[in-house]
Amino acid sequence: MAVTHEHAHAEHHLSFVQKYIFSQDHKIIGIQYLMTSMAMAVTGGILAMLIRMQLGWPGTKWGLAAFLFPGGFQGGQMKPDFYLSVVTMHGTIMVFFVLTTALSGGFGNFLIPLQIGSRDMAFPWLNMMSYWLYPPAIVVLLAAFLVSGGAPNSGWTAYVPLSALKEASPGSGLGQTLWLISLALLIVAFLFGSLNYITTILNMRARGLSMGRLPLTIWSLFVTAILMLLSFPVLFAAVIMLLFDRLAGTSFFVPSGIVIGGQLLSHTGGNPLLWQHMFWFLGHPEVYVLILPPMGMVSDILATHARKPIFGYRFMVGAICAIALLSFLVWGHHMYTSGMHPLVGMAFMTTTLAIAVPSAVKTFNWLATLWRSRIRFAPAMLFALGFVSLFVTGGLTGIFLGSPPIDIYMQDTFFVVAHFHFVMASAAIFGVFAGTYHWFPKMFGRMMNERLGRIHFWLTFIGIYATFFPMHFAGIQGMMRRIYSPQLYAHLKGLAELNAFVSLAAFALGLAQLIFLVNLFWSMFRGPRAERNPWEATTLEWQADSPPPHGNWGAHLPEVHRWAYDYSLPDAKDDYVPQTVPTAQVPAHRGTDGGGGG
Amino acid sequence: MAAGTRTTDERRTGGFLALLILLMIVIGGVGMTVMAKTRWWLPPVASAHGGDIDRLFYITLIVTGLVFVLVHVLLALFVWQNAAWGDRRAEHWHEHQTLELSYTIIPAIVLAILVSMGGVVWHRVHAAPPASALAVDLRGEQFAWLARYPGADGAFGRIDPAKIDARTNPMGIDPGDPAGSDDIVTRELHLVVNRPVEVRLRARDVLHSFFVPAFRVKQDVVPGMTVTTWFTPTKAGDYEIACAELCGVGHYIMRGKIKVETQEAFDAWLAGQKK
Repeated sequence: MAVTHEHAHAEHHLSFVQKYIFSQDHKIIGIQYLMTSMAMAVTGGILAMLIRMQLGWPGTKWGLAAFLFPGGFQGGQMKPDFYLSVVTMHGTIMVFFVLTTALSGGFGNFLIPLQIGSRDMAFPWLNMMSYWLYPPAIVVLLAAFLVSGGAPNSGWTAYVPLSALKEASPGSGLGQTLWLISLALLIVAFLFGSLNYITTILNMRARGLSMGRLPLTIWSLFVTAILMLLSFPVLFAAVIMLLFDRLAGTSFFVPSGIVIGGQLLSHTGGNPLLWQHMFWFLGHPEVYVLILPPMGMVSDILATHARKPIFGYRFMVGAICAIALLSFLVWGHHMYTSGMHPLVGMAFMTTTLAIAVPSAVKTFNWLATLWRSRIRFAPAMLFALGFVSLFVTGGLTGIFLGSPPIDIYMQDTFFVVAHFHFVMASAAIFGVFAGTYHWFPKMFGRMMNERLGRIHFWLTFIGIYATFFPMHFAGIQGMMRRIYSPQLYAHLKGLAELNAFVSLAAFALGLAQLIFLVNLFWSMFRGPRAERNPWEATTLEWQADSPPPHGNWGAHLPEVHRWAYDYSLPDAKDDYVPQTVPTAQVPAHRGTDGGGGG
Repeated sequence: MAAGTRTTDERRTGGFLALLILLMIVIGGVGMTVMAKTRWWLPPVASAHGGDIDRLFYITLIVTGLVFVLVHVLLALFVWQNAAWGDRRAEHWHEHQTLELSYTIIPAIVLAILVSMGGVVWHRVHAAPPASALAVDLRGEQFAWLARYPGADGAFGRIDPAKIDARTNPMGIDPGDPAGSDDIVTRELHLVVNRPVEVRLRARDVLHSFFVPAFRVKQDVVPGMTVTTWFTPTKAGDYEIACAELCGVGHYIMRGKIKVETQEAFDAWLAGQKK
């Protein structure tokens, strides 16, 4: 049963600060999360360009970059420790500060109340707090670049002992401490958010909107919130334990007998593998935290723009739940070569390849959705179709890595880098783009430019394949990840051209994103006005004004009479029937409905 | 975006996307893989178990390659079909239990087969080393490798990190342990062709990873643990150890030399090393 806020549609007079800065409105918070994530994406993208400069042409002198980052360059050449700082910060920013925040924080906040027909989140104040922990986390994280020793050198996985011992690397000093504090802050923000999402979806759905009638976007955001709530506390614990190891003399992760610089350290009794277990217990569900929301959003975008119900709704919901459950049982596939007992590797191989089954179901259901559909090629649709391709390509290379004998060779090579850049980075960012093009009219009440959107898609789709596909071959040849230069090893001779090509493709890919930024900000202020329902979609958010007012729904909350996918009903006048249309008016298609009741 | 007639613009976009998927992804992807096989590929295998891993790799490559092509061809086909279609309404078709069950069960069967094949190889790789195996101790440190052979008594002396001295005792062998008195410590790793070798891996400071691409061997080296791995080099020659786990600023230069040679050449080399 939906909760009605009788006060919500009374006139609100909020100051500018209450309305746009310390706002408790889920729409503003969602947009704040999205905009901040985009700023971080630019930051993380610039770092990626620095990585590719070094790997494409190792040892080159870069005048401009050396001028811009004086601490990171020596005599015009990038310093090895700065390279590792850049690699670490690129990964950390993109995974936690861009994709998690944009998908769960941005789209989660904006879409959940609108798609379930409520006026706001269950805990608006907690929601505001969730966002406002994010900028301080960014400040603390980026401050690591400015402190002595620079940003951490230990990669986004912060493997111990490198990350635990200040003697081990320049970036393992104050920079690593700041990294840990920043992550702890952000985790608290995520926990506030996920608690809020779960409560809101369970308790505040509109009348008639049963769980079986929820759009897949909501299903995926709901399951993602559960994943976050259960997995992030483990990373939080690990982060605090590592802070203790670094600052308070404990030894959770650091064993005895470590000698650095001729000095025997006093740590005793810890185990570095414990960090890896705790990190990946979060780290693997985290991959699905990044890919489930795009899966849900893409499902809805495909259905809307293909003018066809999503194929296999029940199997789709089942697959989301199966992936979520299995995602807690596969973390060990990151550790096949870590020194973990080989028998454990066998168990993790089984669960890892099992997770490919629901992934395959989703892929084929998307394909079946497109069969005999009537596609409108809006930019959102193009990015959704691109998502399917990227997810398949990245998912298939995961089958190599999930098999421990092949992983013996491929682990920690560029094959892994290529794999996860397809399946979680590119696919997830395509989800963000698809979602932005699709819901922009609802967010800002204006339309984005379609022509620019399509150009953006062509360049990005080609650019991503050109950048990440060749990386597989660097990995197959044995190029290790996180190396400052591949020039020294005999077995990596012959990769120079490939690496230069990848770098050029990456620069082009980076530049193409400027088109998106121009389109975004120009359309925000100058785009043509959007109607309520420009895509002729069925879900509830398109029944609200564009943009929806505070409280979303005017005097009366919407009431739901059907599932979210009544597209192209043979006997209906239009090729879409919104969820709010009573069945007396247009009968629901048989066999599609989980029934009423909220 | 009114409903109704499909614009030529949309039709062109759909056709172009279908073409791009076919040309760039299907033909480009498969073509580049074929080309890469002659330029950027697995180094020639030089260990007994390496062939098993390569076979599994090729089988997986074929299976995933087929799915990659199938899915992208279907995607291109459906997109093209849509672009070519007139103004008829989409089918209201969204459930087909047999179809859905078949693409649940068939991938499950294929994956079960891959799991079993992987399990067999994994088990073989991790079986106990044969008794005839040469035993070597290999230690990773920032940013070099140090090997140790047990000497005439066939036993390694105890290690005490407190005894490490860069000049006189880089390995940190405990002088109080008689088994260590004849241990031979070297910077290079020498192995015997076609003789299994058991490498006992230890780390002095942070994580490293013992990676020899031609041997298809990779094993992380973990402080506080001794992790063993074994394999049989099958081709004489010079190889490199590549550190594959991020270990600090010199990670990219942390190479080690391996020489695989006949038993006689190995014995002669070992005899020439100082105790």
